[in-house]
Amino acid sequence: MTTESLPVRADAPVRTPARKTTTRGGRRLLRQGAGRQHHAGPLSYVLLAITAILSIFPLYWTMVAASTDNTRVSQTPPPFLPGPNLFSNLARAWDEAAMGKAMINSTIVAGVIALSTVMFATLAGFAFAKLRFKGRNVLLMLVIGTMMVPPQLGVVPLFMMMSELGWSQQLPAVIFPTLVSAVGVFFMRQYLSEALPDELVEAGRVDGAHSLRIFWSIVLPVARPAMAVLFMITFVHAWNDFFWPFVVLDMTNPTVPVALTQLSAGYIRDQSLIMAGALLGTLPLLVMFIVFGRQIVSGIMQGAVKG
Amino acid sequence: MPAVATSTTHARRRGALLHRIDVKGAPYAFVAPFFVVFAAFSFYPLVYTSWISLHRVELATLDVMEWVAFDNYVELWNDSRFWNALGNTITIGVISTVPQLLMALGLAHLLNYRMRGSLFFRVASLVPYATSVGAAALVFTMLFERDFGMINWALGAVGLDPVDWEADKWPAQIAISTIVIWRWTGYNALLYLAAMQAIPADRYEAAAIDGASRWKQFTHVTVPGIRSTIVFTIVLSTIGATQLFGEPLIFGQGPNGVSGGADNQYQTLGLLLYEEGWKNYQMGRSATVAWAMFLLLVLVFVAQRLIRRLRSARTS
Repeated sequence: MTTESLPVRADAPVRTPARKTTTRGGRRLLRQGAGRQHHAGPLSYVLLAITAILSIFPLYWTMVAASTDNTRVSQTPPPFLPGPNLFSNLARAWDEAAMGKAMINSTIVAGVIALSTVMFATLAGFAFAKLRFKGRNVLLMLVIGTMMVPPQLGVVPLFMMMSELGWSQQLPAVIFPTLVSAVGVFFMRQYLSEALPDELVEAGRVDGAHSLRIFWSIVLPVARPAMAVLFMITFVHAWNDFFWPFVVLDMTNPTVPVALTQLSAGYIRDQSLIMAGALLGTLPLLVMFIVFGRQIVSGIMQGAVKG
Repeated sequence: MPAVATSTTHARRRGALLHRIDVKGAPYAFVAPFFVVFAAFSFYPLVYTSWISLHRVELATLDVMEWVAFDNYVELWNDSRFWNALGNTITIGVISTVPQLLMALGLAHLLNYRMRGSLFFRVASLVPYATSVGAAALVFTMLFERDFGMINWALGAVGLDPVDWEADKWPAQIAISTIVIWRWTGYNALLYLAAMQAIPADRYEAAAIDGASRWKQFTHVTVPGIRSTIVFTIVLSTIGATQLFGEPLIFGQGPNGVSGGADNQYQTLGLLLYEEGWKNYQMGRSATVAWAMFLLLVLVFVAQRLIRRLRSARTS
């Protein structure tokens, strides 16, 4: 139940034949800035540098504020350089916002959701891309249609369902509604239509392999790059998802975004502590971005996904 | 040895049967998990929402549903908070979506140039996307703080008066929109960039031969070339704007912020839905708000369709 649904590139179905396999093509695109004839002038660099600063500054300042104490943070002019208290504030936030528990919860939730989304999306994507069956087009239209329905609209019955199942305030309540993703299915279908040659599937059939076997030993190896991208993007979304976890979980068993609201709830706002919590909650994803930034960027450009 | 022969034909037939079952059945088995989970946790709740909206249901006694027909809808229609929240949702939606998509278009255009460090700029503009609503809203709440916030300090540095970003309607809505814009501009820019790179180079060459300036090329080649992607991002941003929840909630001081400010000056439909259900304990009314959100979306899409049809009728 990601409130921010994953988007697929609108023109993706139209231009399917021209596309290359994800990573290779994606990397080539990224390196060259694919064939626009103009070179960037100085003004472009200046504008892009400003954009980069605006993008990064709030996070940098989170770190600065998290490393000072409260009196310093509320002085004018505000601090621009890190202070000495980063680790003590992080430790306090860790304790007061139940960050340890929240981190574990978020890791479980995002991990399970990303794994199952990738697995089921690859299975269904393979069927839609390469297998012939009655009602395929109708079902595919259904998948596409479901991408347009905001999950918030079903939140009241979903909440009633969860309390009936006895899952209120528990992780399965967050995990189950998000086990699959229409965008994921569509994304894998687009990828496999191009990346997986029909002959490979036929050859498997001739050798007498049953469908699951073909999936396991022919489809999975081909799909791996797209699966990696889908995993990362789904993980980011599930980690950051706010509305539904906020409704169904409470402070005794929160995910990271839910735990963060606790920090800002008090009457006396401990700004350094709040910023330390915000920093803690963002850090895991930032590390992931620094390590896999290139893949995530190319994945989104290939026609994936919004949070 | 006839017996052996029959048993092999049997085996072969059985093999063929299994094969047929596999070929016919496997596709359904492969797509089934998606449809089962979707039906149970998305489609069924969606339909059931309308049923609940016709009842009085209290949060404490969820199994007691009292039929009230359209009372919830009538009450909502007569409730000034609803119209206020609807108005706020629309204004915040417009002032967050329009600049966001325009800036994304410009940013994509810049990223489309050949340059050094293009990967750095792409990753940097996507960094806000990795930030959760929670963290982003907390930081911006602080930047927009009245007495010591950095934005008021910067305003003061250029000789302007400080703004009470939280207490006044428009400043609060602008501040909330800023959070949305910050988080999503880079993401939309990458979608545009991908579409721009699919535009054939010869269209630019043809335009250049016709003497079109760079700006003309941008408005006459680039923008029409990525039109379907633009429509797509408008649809997505509209859905996102209708559901806006985390940003105003946290901007209004955490979980107690469901009222959207002292005068509900930035309460959105998302916050009203939550307030009715989980603060006022009226799940039926909450479901009614969900329906209102749905209708709002339908209206927007119908309007958008109409505009597109009128436009294409005019051009053809």
